[in-house]
Amino acid sequence: MLKRTPLYDVYKQYDGVKLIDFGGWELPVQFETGIIAEHMAVRKNAGLFDVSHMGEIMVEGPRAVEFVDYLVTNDISKMNDGKCLYALMCRPDGGVVDDLMIYRLSAEKILIVANAANVEKDFVWISSANPWMQRESDKPKVSNQSDRYAQIAFQGPKANDYFTELFGPVVDEITFFRFRTDIPVAGKSCIISRTGYTGEDGFEIYCNADDAADIWTFILDKTKERGVLPCGLGARDTLRFEAKLPLYGHELSDTISPLEANLSFFVKFDKHSDFCGKSALLKQKEKGIPRSLRGCEMVDKGVPREGYKVFLGDREIGYVTSGTKSPMLDSFLGLVLIERGIGLEIGDEIEIEIGKKKKRARLAKTPFYKNTGKK
Amino acid sequence: MSVDKSLKYTENHEWVKVKGEVAYVGISDHAQEELGDIVFVELPELDDEVSKGDEVVNIESVKAAAPVYAPVSGKITEVNDALEDAPETINEAPYDTFIFALELSDASELDDLMDAAAYEAFLKEEE
Repeated sequence: MLKRTPLYDVYKQYDGVKLIDFGGWELPVQFETGIIAEHMAVRKNAGLFDVSHMGEIMVEGPRAVEFVDYLVTNDISKMNDGKCLYALMCRPDGGVVDDLMIYRLSAEKILIVANAANVEKDFVWISSANPWMQRESDKPKVSNQSDRYAQIAFQGPKANDYFTELFGPVVDEITFFRFRTDIPVAGKSCIISRTGYTGEDGFEIYCNADDAADIWTFILDKTKERGVLPCGLGARDTLRFEAKLPLYGHELSDTISPLEANLSFFVKFDKHSDFCGKSALLKQKEKGIPRSLRGCEMVDKGVPREGYKVFLGDREIGYVTSGTKSPMLDSFLGLVLIERGIGLEIGDEIEIEIGKKKKRARLAKTPFYKNTGKK
Repeated sequence: MSVDKSLKYTENHEWVKVKGEVAYVGISDHAQEELGDIVFVELPELDDEVSKGDEVVNIESVKAAAPVYAPVSGKITEVNDALEDAPETINEAPYDTFIFALELSDASELDDLMDAAAYEAFLKEEE
């Protein structure tokens, strides 16, 4: 039996909704208009996503900040209340357990937002299996609150206009990667953050599971006449891909380090405290990072899909982690994890084995798409 | 979702239209709907000899890649080149958009195809 979010009954009623099994969850891959129309709505206007399958893990106690700071690569100690931060959670060998969004509710309360397919694994890691839990006595309380929360994302260049109209000018005061807990949405108490996974300006709303249907319906009823679309996982994937936002299981995994995924900006070797995986990652940095995540654009026509082999001449140099036809740029694009230090530059040609043929591609600048209008 | 009454169908959701010794092949409305937005069609080579059941075309949608199989055996005599620049035509008009045509090498294979009524029943069963 697949798991369902609190919004299942709502989107099940839409004509043309297509549901798929996504990591054990029954979720819409697209609604009636299809992935490309949904993608374009988010790039030009706004779209609404059900992301309630994401996990919420709460860490509470006097040492909550210190504890999370040990668990992740980014610097938690510098966060203020009301701030969000993207971070990687690594094992001692530097492999990634998950990539996370960290919300500081207070000095003693940190909300960790995890990928749906990883929630159970993350919860075990955070609550018992990581080295800090083995050695420290003053452990924080860790609870998996994923069932309590629903999460709705509202993304697009017009998201701010619509939300200001619906919930007041106070919404405009939430700057990028900050959140507020004092703005009711459709009369319901929730967390509104200015974050997202599409490369656009936008918001994510965390609410009680019971309130999700009301909030979803309220936002869509008020905006659908202006072209706001409900969007599925298909558009979420093409949107995040164009913006080169990594997806766990593709660009990141137990065997791909954050440095290989070119996420060193989120790995703070100089933060004041130790963190899990630090020595392994430092060693990798000193010895030479083996691989690099790059972007490419097909010269020959074809869609580079995950797992396809990448060649330089006759030599296999890596593989595709994600690929699609970009709706915005109207070209076939891929993210490839290839050997580092072979001197490949933007514009240089590589080949990707698609079916039985090797097809030409060129290394391209990433992110493929960048919105400059962020708050 | 529609089923064109004048065509024959396979269990892989290809449709077949026979004109003399030549079979035109496309995919059904159901298939294009399942695939979603089609962004690329990898066409076969002219004069390729294919056997019934061979994978001859690769259709890429935003979501995934899907093979199109030869519904009957024969030699590829025509490919729809227009699909290179406008693959979405398959979404828009699946029954007016053939993907390739082949010269039948064994006309008796046509007997294995379903007529529209049988295909409709097959779709119901698959649901």
